[in-house]
Amino acid sequence: MTHTLRYRDDATHEEPAVTLEAFLGQSNATAVRLEPSDDARALIPHLGQLALIEVSFPKYRDGRGYSSARVLREAGYEGELRAAGDVLVDQIAFMRRCGFDSFIADAELDLAAVERALNRYPEVYQDAADARPAVWKLRHG
Amino acid sequence: MYKYDQYDQAIVDARVEDFREQVQRRISGALTEDQFKPLRLMNGLYLQLHAYMLRVAIPYGTLDSRQMRMLAHIARKYDRDYGHFTTRQNIQYNWIKLEEAPDILADLASVEMHAIQTSGNCIRNISADQFAGAAADEIEDPRPWAELLRQWSTFHPEFSYLPRKFKIAVIGSDNDRAAMKLHDIGLQVVRGADGGVAFDVYVGGGMGRTPMIAPRIGVAIPANDLLSYMEACLRVYNRYGRRDNIYKARIKILVHEIGADEYKRQVDEEFVHVKALGIDPPQAEFDRIAAYFAPPAYETGLSDEIDRNDPDFALWVDQNVSAHKQPGYAVVTISLKPIGGIPGDATSTQIDVMADLAEKYAFDELRVTHAQNIVLPHVKKADLYTIWQQLEANDLAVPNLDLVSDIIACPGLDYCSLANARSIPIAQKIAERFADIDRQRNIGELKLKISGCINACGHHHAGHIGILGVDRKGEENYQLLFGGSGAEDASLAKIVGPGFSEDGIVDAVETAIETYLGIREEGERFLDTYRRVGIDPFKAAIYG
Repeated sequence: MTHTLRYRDDATHEEPAVTLEAFLGQSNATAVRLEPSDDARALIPHLGQLALIEVSFPKYRDGRGYSSARVLREAGYEGELRAAGDVLVDQIAFMRRCGFDSFIADAELDLAAVERALNRYPEVYQDAADARPAVWKLRHG
Repeated sequence: MYKYDQYDQAIVDARVEDFREQVQRRISGALTEDQFKPLRLMNGLYLQLHAYMLRVAIPYGTLDSRQMRMLAHIARKYDRDYGHFTTRQNIQYNWIKLEEAPDILADLASVEMHAIQTSGNCIRNISADQFAGAAADEIEDPRPWAELLRQWSTFHPEFSYLPRKFKIAVIGSDNDRAAMKLHDIGLQVVRGADGGVAFDVYVGGGMGRTPMIAPRIGVAIPANDLLSYMEACLRVYNRYGRRDNIYKARIKILVHEIGADEYKRQVDEEFVHVKALGIDPPQAEFDRIAAYFAPPAYETGLSDEIDRNDPDFALWVDQNVSAHKQPGYAVVTISLKPIGGIPGDATSTQIDVMADLAEKYAFDELRVTHAQNIVLPHVKKADLYTIWQQLEANDLAVPNLDLVSDIIACPGLDYCSLANARSIPIAQKIAERFADIDRQRNIGELKLKISGCINACGHHHAGHIGILGVDRKGEENYQLLFGGSGAEDASLAKIVGPGFSEDGIVDAVETAIETYLGIREEGERFLDTYRRVGIDPFKAAIYG
């Protein structure tokens, strides 16, 4: 059982994340935290200086963070993208597909269940922010 | 009809195992009901008043006889020998045991079916014109596009936790048989500037407690931009749709609050960005899917004559048989609205009978309609009499399509945990009041729709006559509405006046219809007369 998962090879970023407002106001911070209502696009001009973006999920039902993640990955962000909060085993596969590569969950996660969830579906129907090809690409080479 | 390849099958099979494990975790106590709820809801399993209800997806309402027989098998083996066809062209079973739900999904997967995304705040099963591929008035069969959208929306990683549920309908004709403009997104196939397939995209329609007719947001969006455009529409909604109030969370509220022009501007901006990602499949994939929907091998040189010697048969032909694009063929609608029955219900025997007829006479195809009836889409006119006889023998030949007893009704307080009032008994009483088929035919087309609560699953906003059941100081009370339409002339019904008791509402409906008969002009339906004269003559007659 664990609260944290990380799917990156680089060292964990230690600097605490600042709020979007604080980041845009100052800032030479290298880690920022997005709330569900924050506009991830505001970070796009600054992606080069960021090593960690933490996206908050106060409730698993609030799916805005999935779009935030894709917006950041589509803009070319390659740093750590962390989902934090009400992160449950049955959401992690979707989050991985949207570009999240680390997790801090409020409740403990069963590692075996996470592994099963991540490997459950042999194929996916649509392109997203991960490397998995949409089924139509397999069908048509 | 679409057939799964190994990829489609593998995904559906994986879902069965996924859900089996989730149910085991629930039964073992590893998951609380609170934790389990969103998981079962993603898979169409609701906890209703008396038992679990399972909603099975029938993508764009199309299925073959093998699939239809499986629906009968499930009714027999796991339920109380019947199923309920829904306004979303699905079927639901009302008496399901949790521990058997995974086995049902496994049975469904064996015939290329599933219950994926039949509930939850995700993109639901895609609905379509039930006459697709058959209708004489069709521009293009919408089902290949519905299948493309089914695949794109299945387990979409970004759009599985939307602010609220999301319903998409696709039509391919100027005549709207799918209530397209009352969906979160309605798509109409049109011809693009280059003559290719394109889509007019209507966003932000819906019923529920705040009914809205969708404005047109996208005009002639080319088919090879469709998925990017949909992704843009959904992303704007996922980011900015309201999450502070469940009753204001549907996309219609977002579009209404920021305005259609501003929503369109945001979608257009997002589209430019998404299009560059290359998520739209190539023409080869469209062609692959479309090939499954090629017209069946019609016989040519058939006569269009129908022997009308049997008057009961002739009546049914006039009411329940529609024009087909192919000479010598017709479209049959099987009414699931026997007088005094439960709208949309069918027994396992009836489901098997319809499957047999489809296999023998309709190129092995059936459709479910949003009005809760079943269609045999391609039958030879020469076979109509034989089909009718077999339907007649199984209480399936009621000649009431689009008449006052062809009622849409939600399950209401007889089943549903959200309902405030019963719907089914009202439908039964109205049908019994107007049981005389000659009287119904004299009244003409009249779409009567009943909801047992404000969520409007019975489409009362879109009824020529709508009935809404409410709770008034602990008593069931029924409001009467006039003037709605879910068709190409979409409009929202308006409340007539104070509500009625269970018997009072039946009397009020009869008074309204008698008033219409007294003042209608040549060729007018109830709706046309209402639109011409307004509410006053009706109000005067009903409330005195």
